[in-house]
Amino acid sequence: MSSVIQTKERFWNDSSKRAIIYQVLVIGIIGMIGYYLFTNIQANLENQSIATGFSFLAKESSFEVTESLIPHSANHTYANALLVGVLNTLKVAFIGIVLTIVFGTFVGVARLSTNWLLAKLAAIYIEVMRNIPVLLQLFFWYTIFYENLPSPRQALSPAKGIFLCNRGLYLSALEPDSAYVYMALAFLTGCLAVFFLRRWALKRQEETGKFPPVFYVSLGILIGLPLITWLIAGAPFEMNTPRLKGFNFEGGMNISPEFSALLVGLVLYTAAFVAEIVRAGIQSVSQGQKEAAISLGLKPHRVLTLVVLPQALRVIIPPLTGQMLDLTKNSSLAVAIGYPDFVSMANTTINQTGQAIEGVGLIMVVFLSFSLLTSIFMNMYNKKIALIER
Amino acid sequence: MEESQYIEELRPPLTSGGIIGWVKLNLFNGVFNSILTISTICLLWKVIPPLVQWTFIDSIWNSTAAQCKAADGACWSIIPSNIRFIMFGFYPYESQWRPLLAMILFAILIIFSRNRNHWKKSLGYAWIAGVFFMGLLLRGGVLGLTSVESSQWGGLPLTLILSVFGMVAAYPLGIVLSLGRRSQLPVIKSFCIVYIELIRGVPLISVLFMSSFMFPLFLPEGVAIDKILRAQVAIILFFAAYIAEAVRGGLQAVSQGQYEGADSLGLNYYQKMRLVILPQALRIVIPPTVNILITAFKDTSLVVIIALYDVLMSTKTVLSNPQWMGFSTEAYIFVALIYFAFCFPMSKYSQRLEKELDTTR
Repeated sequence: MSSVIQTKERFWNDSSKRAIIYQVLVIGIIGMIGYYLFTNIQANLENQSIATGFSFLAKESSFEVTESLIPHSANHTYANALLVGVLNTLKVAFIGIVLTIVFGTFVGVARLSTNWLLAKLAAIYIEVMRNIPVLLQLFFWYTIFYENLPSPRQALSPAKGIFLCNRGLYLSALEPDSAYVYMALAFLTGCLAVFFLRRWALKRQEETGKFPPVFYVSLGILIGLPLITWLIAGAPFEMNTPRLKGFNFEGGMNISPEFSALLVGLVLYTAAFVAEIVRAGIQSVSQGQKEAAISLGLKPHRVLTLVVLPQALRVIIPPLTGQMLDLTKNSSLAVAIGYPDFVSMANTTINQTGQAIEGVGLIMVVFLSFSLLTSIFMNMYNKKIALIER
Repeated sequence: MEESQYIEELRPPLTSGGIIGWVKLNLFNGVFNSILTISTICLLWKVIPPLVQWTFIDSIWNSTAAQCKAADGACWSIIPSNIRFIMFGFYPYESQWRPLLAMILFAILIIFSRNRNHWKKSLGYAWIAGVFFMGLLLRGGVLGLTSVESSQWGGLPLTLILSVFGMVAAYPLGIVLSLGRRSQLPVIKSFCIVYIELIRGVPLISVLFMSSFMFPLFLPEGVAIDKILRAQVAIILFFAAYIAEAVRGGLQAVSQGQYEGADSLGLNYYQKMRLVILPQALRIVIPPTVNILITAFKDTSLVVIIALYDVLMSTKTVLSNPQWMGFSTEAYIFVALIYFAFCFPMSKYSQRLEKELDTTR
């Protein structure tokens, strides 16, 4: 028997050529499926005489929106209606994210508390909330806010100027005044000043080893500057209180039951997940780190801010970003309880114009850009706090 | 022998023994904790008695809707009066024993599968046979069972089908996607990345909208697929992306030496994956998979929005009946209990598995 040395490799045994064949095959199959679907779509659209393209956006939408940050009425365009939806989604997502982080952190810390009662309550809360679908929770809160609260005439009034009824929560609002704009400007200036103050303080600490009392000074600046502005402007304090008129309230600020249900449902649901993330983050910092910090003579709050938190945040931030995105995506469930968010606006548009492909496409593009923006921002932050290995 | 001496027994220190010691240690150690405990107890005192009053004492368990309206407490009668519609939706009334039997079969299979000693090939066959038999029970049309169109399926069986069958079908797709994502071939890799990130970036509801608005446009004229199947496809495509990411985690966790070892044995790609890598990777991803299953089970409730009669939608239908209007709280609590009864044991089980399968410790 002589050994056979194959001099010429068959082309399907050459891995680089095989790779090319596979890829061409994949492109071919996807292309064929795509072409098949595309021709079907074209034929179907022609049969139903639906024009493709985004020209419908400029058409007059013939529906009203109950709550929006920018004016919208039946003679505004579909594009405007969709913009209203985007703004409403951003509104509920932003407020929801802030409240969720605060409440979730609180529950997460309570879960780790040495107080048995509090820890058990937090654990029960987390388990109950995590294991019930968020849509069901939204329906539940909507029922509470819409069905179980009294009508405006019998509205509950837990405090003066606050009314709670099935049309939502009515609050007294400050009468608009130019002084508030200046106060906001003063506050922003204060923030800037605090930023530079902190930088100077850190520099000074590195040079002299002494850390100036930045906290109280910044607190003073942040509260003091707007307060002084307010006093200079003549201390305007006129309230616009809601009054019962006919079957509903007039004036003041209204928070609709749809918005409240969506916000409460999303915050309570997501907070349970955030609590678990916070707990895991805090537990991930080893006891030795705390003990070492204490033995260096750091005060308890410095142990927390300089040693524990920076390490815990590194573990907390990535999954937390995921939860924030989930909250934003879950806000699309607003369509089920009638809050005019982006998905429900798009849904109405699809139903009215029949432009299903464009409508669903827009939903996907908008949510993808939310995700993309958040992950870009969070990656930047993550890079900043990531462990620098030396 | 020395005379044994009796030393007086020491009592446990007061602070750490007995009920009082426990209370002191866990509820009243320090001023801050004491304040916390007292305020929590005050809060509970405010909340729990009225809740108990509403739920149990003033509640009505078995009556007509009219009697309910007169009562102060919860009206649980809405549940027994409508239980069959809530559970089975529009499934023909006289055949509802069939989905019930299917669910019992499903429960038996689940309980049997919990024990890891039963994880053998035969269990896989049992599941395939079980799923086939359950489908047969629901669908009918043979063995003297009347045929029931899938458009009539509803209630809890529908929720279970959409989530469990969705996961089973999504799993192979997810594995293929995750392998594709780690592939050396740029076209396949980029296609898989785009698919996974696209799906994970959008909410499930947009994919469901796609199934209900766009799928009909994709099909050639005259071909129609019913709504449930379309939603099922959407759920499969959606969760495949999440499974792909979980599996990718598992693939990354398998050590590089295993890949190299398989290569040096002369195994080709498919042999390497099937015999060496995937068995290890899939074992690692069992706990995250159970978590995705829980998510899938909860998220199938979203089919309410495209008007499928899952257990939440059938409940809403009962509530839209003027006779039972205004008892939503009770009905929703009942549905929440159903979901909780499924998800809570699953999540506990996943945590246990995570501990048991963790070989690093």
